[in-house]
Amino acid sequence: MGVFHTISILVTNESGVLSRVVDLFSGRGYNIESLTVAPTIDRLYSRITIVTDGDSAAIEQINKQLNRLIPVIKVADLNLNEALECEVALVKLNCKDEEKSDILRIVDATNSKIIDVTDKAYTIQTVGSEKQIQALAELIKPYGVKEFVRSGKIAMSKGNQFVNIKNL
Amino acid sequence: MTKELYSGAEIILKSLVKEGVTEIFGYPGGQVIKIYDALYNQNEIKHYLVRHEQAAIHAAEGYSRATGKCGVALVTSGPGACNTITGIANAYYDGYPIVVLTGQVGLSQIGNDAFQEADIVGITRSCCKHNYLVKDIKDIPRVIKEAFHIATTGKPGPVVIDLPKDVQTAKSTFEYPESIKLVGYNPNYKGHPLQIAKAVKMLTEAHRPVIISGGGVLMSGAHEELQKLAQLIQAPVTHTLMGTGTYPDSLESSLGMLGMHGNYWANYAVVHADVILALGTRFNDRITGCLKRFARDSHVIHVDIDPCSISKNVKVDIPIVGDCKNVLLGMIEYFEKKQPNIYKDDKDKWFSQIDEWKQKRAIPPFTGDKLSAITVIQKLYELTKKYSPIVCTEVGQHQMWAAQLFQFNEPRKLITSGGLGTMGFGFPAAMGACAGKPEQLVLNIAGDGSIQMNIQELATCVDYGFKVINCIINNGYLGMVRQWQEKLFNKHYSETKISAPDFVKVAEAYGAIGIRVQHEDEIEPAIIKAIEAKSPVFIDFVVENFEMVYPWVLAGEPLTKVLLSNDCAVK
Repeated sequence: MGVFHTISILVTNESGVLSRVVDLFSGRGYNIESLTVAPTIDRLYSRITIVTDGDSAAIEQINKQLNRLIPVIKVADLNLNEALECEVALVKLNCKDEEKSDILRIVDATNSKIIDVTDKAYTIQTVGSEKQIQALAELIKPYGVKEFVRSGKIAMSKGNQFVNIKNL
Repeated sequence: MTKELYSGAEIILKSLVKEGVTEIFGYPGGQVIKIYDALYNQNEIKHYLVRHEQAAIHAAEGYSRATGKCGVALVTSGPGACNTITGIANAYYDGYPIVVLTGQVGLSQIGNDAFQEADIVGITRSCCKHNYLVKDIKDIPRVIKEAFHIATTGKPGPVVIDLPKDVQTAKSTFEYPESIKLVGYNPNYKGHPLQIAKAVKMLTEAHRPVIISGGGVLMSGAHEELQKLAQLIQAPVTHTLMGTGTYPDSLESSLGMLGMHGNYWANYAVVHADVILALGTRFNDRITGCLKRFARDSHVIHVDIDPCSISKNVKVDIPIVGDCKNVLLGMIEYFEKKQPNIYKDDKDKWFSQIDEWKQKRAIPPFTGDKLSAITVIQKLYELTKKYSPIVCTEVGQHQMWAAQLFQFNEPRKLITSGGLGTMGFGFPAAMGACAGKPEQLVLNIAGDGSIQMNIQELATCVDYGFKVINCIINNGYLGMVRQWQEKLFNKHYSETKISAPDFVKVAEAYGAIGIRVQHEDEIEPAIIKAIEAKSPVFIDFVVENFEMVYPWVLAGEPLTKVLLSNDCAVK
């Protein structure tokens, strides 16, 4: 097991493309840690963001095999140091009266928002880096966590570099 | 003026004609009956009816291998489509262009477990170059044009097009696109000039170079350029199984085949080379032996059109992504212009060393009562070489003997399943070769196990006059597996003894010719009779049960550990 790599893939937005990309990973025994996919501003194309682990030789092979797929237009390996990353987590917590103020403090400390309140439960939304989501997960563990859902990671390179879809 | 309306089925056939298709291999069924109706009313495309869908695919691939064109197969949904999977995987691993049209249930029924429904697009996703499910009749021409483009360019491969019934029956006008745009697909043919420059520098300074020629040289049509370069730099040339015929075996500088059952001197040359130029090969385990020890002390230049092949198995010093022909032309230009010193004395020494190694031949087999398979195949070569036949093989010992004993001097003469090693490939592939090259003599060298896998295609051959000469090396065993059991499993011949019918009677039952050969003096008359026959032939060569294929590098061993016989192991 190596370091986690975030791979951003620009693909044509057609049925079956996600399957092709995922089959590549599962067919060769590469693990997908997380995955997101959605259309770009131009709905003809979609961005798939996959987090996977593997040594550099395995990652190089993955990138080459991805490039070989017909609907794949560009593959970018976004090394942790050069990328802007973001994830969303939703947590539904069972809230006893005496716990409410503690939970509000956690929400503040982790830059989260409470997006739903009932007499029994609070639902918290956190947007941030992987570290921030992990921090939230640790902090709420002692409380009655009913549901915990994470989105996959989305990522983009820092600075002036970008994946150009205008000249396609 | 209203433009004429055609059915989806008619549009499919019109599109195939636009792509230059003149022959297809297929088998009808409920979900392609509309296409078959359209076939009935036209005479631009000739359809060959096989007896099993697997044979349709192998025939399309054999046709493609023999002619260089894209092979086409047409099958129905469900079981028909599923029967093509092996053939599709076979074309994928060896990199040959075929387009497979599969019928499918109507769009509204997909996913409902309908009668004869199979998710062929899902099933073949990992063993084809690309596949399509056509959902709109207006997409048909574009999809077919894209499919042929994808199948025949870059590293060629199979493309599957799934055609639902209602798309076939719908009606539309026919417009064939002038061009197509595949944003994500741009194979690199050129080869980076800086990399080529580095490579020629390395080749100039090589004292003991070796060129390994693979299937990519064949696909690129670069066999003449290869010969030229080898001459310019005075390098010996070895080839993989898929590269057979890319360098004339009859030349002094040819080392023949390398690898698990390749020549001793080819393997030793590769091990002791200081520079290896690998062209269009993917360094499969059959040719490298133990990867850790492969090319440990050599510099490697690797030319391949598929970037995935480069540094996948073998770390290379100079990778060049590009078409072999283009890259070779670039190298030739340099050597012709600059005429650098290529250390002729060292090269002479290198060739002398190789000549010494050439003394190490596989020990000839023992002479028993029965006919020797090796003798049979040797004689087959001698008696047919003047016809320059197309030689197909099945998979197993006979395949290795054919590759070792036949000398091939031009490409597209050996048609054999390399990457997938599919038994049952040879006979239908030979049919495809006959359809594509009707004036050529076509042989299929088979084992008694392999020939039984698609034996039913005798009917197809008789129907269309495909005069395939099947040379059945009948040793009563699944020979290659039996060989491994003899050497590595204490002769536990588990399930390798296999019975067979009377091949002569079977051939005659199908209306073909059957000949039995049991003694050496019967070989020549049998082959002469077969060549003059007007129908397909089965020659049943009853041979010794326990012959072994040598030389042999056991799986996982380095290329230096070449065994030449059962008794002596050579270091």
